[in-house]
Amino acid sequence: MVEVKNINKSFGNKQVLFDVSAVFKPGITNMIIGGSGTGKSVLLKNIVGLVVPDTGSVLFDGRDFHSGSREEKKALRQEIGMLFQSAALFDSKNVEENVRFPLDMLSNMPMDEKMDRVNFCLKRVGLENVNKKMPSELSGGMKKRVGIARAIALQTKYLFCDEPNSGLDPLTSIMIDNLIHEITTEYNITTVIVSHDMNSVMEIGEHIIFMYRGAKLWEGSNETIFDSDVKELNEFIFSNKLMRRFKR
Amino acid sequence: MPKPNPFKSFGEYLIFLWRAFTNREPIHIYWRLYMDECLLIGIDSLTIVAITSTFIGAVTAVQTAYNLVSPLIPVYIIGVIVRDMTILELAPTVTAIVFAGKVGSNIAGQLGTMRITEQIDALEVMGINSTSFLVLPKIFAGITMYPLLVILAGFLAILGGYVAGTLGGLITPDEYIYGIRADFIEFNVTFALIKSFVFAFLITSISAFQGYYTQGGALEVGIASTKAVTNSCIALLLADYLLAELLV
Repeated sequence: MVEVKNINKSFGNKQVLFDVSAVFKPGITNMIIGGSGTGKSVLLKNIVGLVVPDTGSVLFDGRDFHSGSREEKKALRQEIGMLFQSAALFDSKNVEENVRFPLDMLSNMPMDEKMDRVNFCLKRVGLENVNKKMPSELSGGMKKRVGIARAIALQTKYLFCDEPNSGLDPLTSIMIDNLIHEITTEYNITTVIVSHDMNSVMEIGEHIIFMYRGAKLWEGSNETIFDSDVKELNEFIFSNKLMRRFKR
Repeated sequence: MPKPNPFKSFGEYLIFLWRAFTNREPIHIYWRLYMDECLLIGIDSLTIVAITSTFIGAVTAVQTAYNLVSPLIPVYIIGVIVRDMTILELAPTVTAIVFAGKVGSNIAGQLGTMRITEQIDALEVMGINSTSFLVLPKIFAGITMYPLLVILAGFLAILGGYVAGTLGGLITPDEYIYGIRADFIEFNVTFALIKSFVFAFLITSISAFQGYYTQGGALEVGIASTKAVTNSCIALLLADYLLAELLV
């Protein structure tokens, strides 16, 4: 479980997060949604430690990430996997080396065990026989899947995804969403997904928080999101024709 | 865009170096990276260094002969001048400018691209000190390979002077050999090697600093590469002057 408590964050004079608190439970897909520039990605970066909050804390199963020692943070980071918007695969390494990278860096496994784990993770995300391909040879969806395989290689307890289906076609998006959802339930991982894609929300949004101008404005699930009377959330949901037609 | 503050940048550069040299990953992790960088920084620079240094030596011999108008000055002085200019300045300093252009821009471009494609963030999320992981192998490969390139450049420049001088009928082979051996000061070679270590450190670390802190997109990566070359050149010329004051 990941708990975010009273996070405030400013860059210079501009405050981008206002007292954000949330609890993300394991085994379900938690989503942070909102329009562009509402602080979703900054909140995610605060959670994974890429940005240090001005005030507030982030607890991973009760362990305070930001007040921990360097060693504690390092140990905790090894339980965190992250899928970046651009997949962030290492250009100079092939698929196999990318997925093996966290194992090479952070585990003492012998090579044959590492390779077993790499092949298992690649198979789990539906990628086989691409071990020797370079990232430049992969499609957007394949890159995302390799990114997921790398994120779970270390038997991750916490998985964070920053707009996992940006730049993907609707079918591939749904496939990536479902893959993340399956992995979350199968391994009982605490998963947090940042997205502004309503298809994803409807597909896998079991717990959703809606961000607006740096603050949490609404919390619920894909079952309750249409019942909300929050004006900003409704504007966000029904911003496209398809959803407006669905509303009618 | 705020105006760059050189004092702030220098402070950030020192903090960057501190981060690179402290809280390192286990040493064995760096070995393969170091060898890769040695190939990239050293072996891949051989051709350009060989071509420039050979021609610089040849031009020095021809220009010296052209300017020797007094019959009172012995012709072997061409060999002396080629040798001293090569060892003291041309091999370590001019090669450093070529090196900054080739290797410095490459380092800044590589790290800048890694930054904007979130590859550096991916390392940080895994709990890896990205500064030391990415930068230390480059610095150590630089200070290993650049002195070797300087030795090669010195040899080829003197050889270039010999070929140009003798084939052009400016000096006989015996006179040239006599010239390059006359009044030889061994410390000059030590001085050239000291310079080469300092220059390699400056070029690799400054270029890495420029690339590592790239923000934005492709345009900014280009700007970082340009800054890496210009700042490296300024720093190495300043260091050249300071070393000359201190050691000669």
